[in-house]
Amino acid sequence: MKANNTLMRADRSASLLWRRHMCDKLATGLSWLGMLIVVFMLGSILWTLFKNGLAGMSVHLFTLSMAAPGQPGGLANAIMGSLIQTGLAILIGAPAGLMTGIYLAEYGAGSRMARIVRFVSDMLLSAPSILIGLFIYMMLVVPFGHFSGFSGAVALAILAMPIVVRTTEDMLRLVPVAMREAGIALGAPKWRVILFICVRAVRAGIMTGVLLSIARVAGETAPLLFTSLGNSEWSLDLGRPMASLPVAIYQYAGSAYQDWMQQAWTGALLVTLGVLIINIVVRVGTRGGRS
Amino acid sequence: MEIPARQSLPAMKQAPSHQGGQKGDPAFRLLVTATGVGVLVVLGAIIAVMVTGGWKAFATFGPGFLVSAVWNPVTQHFGAAAPVFGTVISSALALLVAVPLAFGTAFWLTALAPPAAAAVIGMAVQLLAAVPSIIFGMWGFFVVVPVVAHYVQPIARQLFGHVPGLSALVAGAPFGTGLFTAAFILAVMITPSITAVMRDVFLSMPAVLRESGYGLGATRWEVMRHVVLPWSRQGVVGGIVLGMGRAMGETMAVTFVIGDSNHIGWSLFAPANTIASLIALEFPESPAGSLKLASLMALGAILMAISFVTLWFSRWLLARGEQAAGR
Repeated sequence: MKANNTLMRADRSASLLWRRHMCDKLATGLSWLGMLIVVFMLGSILWTLFKNGLAGMSVHLFTLSMAAPGQPGGLANAIMGSLIQTGLAILIGAPAGLMTGIYLAEYGAGSRMARIVRFVSDMLLSAPSILIGLFIYMMLVVPFGHFSGFSGAVALAILAMPIVVRTTEDMLRLVPVAMREAGIALGAPKWRVILFICVRAVRAGIMTGVLLSIARVAGETAPLLFTSLGNSEWSLDLGRPMASLPVAIYQYAGSAYQDWMQQAWTGALLVTLGVLIINIVVRVGTRGGRS
Repeated sequence: MEIPARQSLPAMKQAPSHQGGQKGDPAFRLLVTATGVGVLVVLGAIIAVMVTGGWKAFATFGPGFLVSAVWNPVTQHFGAAAPVFGTVISSALALLVAVPLAFGTAFWLTALAPPAAAAVIGMAVQLLAAVPSIIFGMWGFFVVVPVVAHYVQPIARQLFGHVPGLSALVAGAPFGTGLFTAAFILAVMITPSITAVMRDVFLSMPAVLRESGYGLGATRWEVMRHVVLPWSRQGVVGGIVLGMGRAMGETMAVTFVIGDSNHIGWSLFAPANTIASLIALEFPESPAGSLKLASLMALGAILMAISFVTLWFSRWLLARGEQAAGR
């Protein structure tokens, strides 16, 4: 009787062990599957871009402006427009983000006001970019009566700023108190301590944030549709509609013309490579620094 | 180098001005505080512009704007129900796909992968998150849409076409564009960000807890299921809600594959519209001051309300999760 009981118990615990191991195997297998699917998606996107985009790489792409289907044309004006608008957006957005980050880390710490500012900045970080486009359309396009490259840059600046706020605050919090105290003890006023000791100490980290914000806004399309609109001619005038690579891709990808399609793919390859290279540089450069 | 002087000392008055302590400090403080407050002003302005811009639509159609599924520029009759429906359904479907994928990947990254592989795959996941949304749109339109049209929907119709209740879900001509495709693209887009949040909250758990689980003889899955997940529940949900917020506001990727139809129906494969895709598609034909533009702004206000509430909820969850972790 007793032996029988023990046998049954051993049997049951063996089957329990078996079940637990099967559960573990199943979860492990599914987890591998999930990871492989995610990697496969990235691979599929990159493969599609290279397969369709490489064929259109040529000098004309960088030297000629957009042209009617059938005419020799390139994306030079769109590339230039993207560079101008992204550059201006960072010139506006990065200092604003840096200032806000300094406020959050150095002046507002713990105050109710700072909590609200941090929260709102985080909301802007994830806000739908098309809403920013509509907002700037009402603020800067409707009152002036025409679309403009400047309004596109402002829309992108609003998207770039929260990223810089985030990284600046996170980085400044890593600066040891002793360093600030050393600065104060030498008689430096607080603003010099912040700008020339704290910010200097973490400038690599802040640069990371700026680079990431460039990567983010360089590929944005939705906010530009209503602000800089796009322009098929070469134009450096910020007061007029301005072409940009993402908007040009959007116009061309929806067309039925073979050569436009080709340029759309090549443009898409360019944008993606640019954005991914910035990301790789940033993440390899800061490996181990932050999660 | 000057002798250190405190502000209260009278000697400070004669201190060389290039250090700018007396005027510099308050001025700098004012500058950064004003910039910080500027962030609030921007958000306030966005809300104000959306609401006033859409006011004409709200005033013309009343509360009926929210429930009317009509979108007819010819009769100048506009309603929000169809795009709101499309937004909610496509995001919900996207979560159904993205959450298991993200959880599996995060589990793999934190518990199964050798460190070197975790670094590489972690990087790949981050890169997928960085791909611009218009690229997802093109990829979706030229790669995913044909697959859905030729394989997914026909097979789904063969399997479920004769099952009562399910047949409506797979009905319709196999265009390839529609809710299902949009949801799939959205899922691929939000999986990396959900994965990143999940991985971070999993890793923020003290290693001792995990090790004690293993010490008791638990398998890796049991440690995940009974130790890590209960501990990081709030952060995980916060990450999922954050992903949902992203999905609802996504524009370009959806615009390519949603099919542009303002119709509410049962079929998962039918063309539809989300708020964001409708705004992007209809804006070029909406002159300033028109009722149509006001209706688009009103839709923008609705999208803003939905996504801000979602984002607020996710931040709140994540902050609570962090607080619990800090304890």
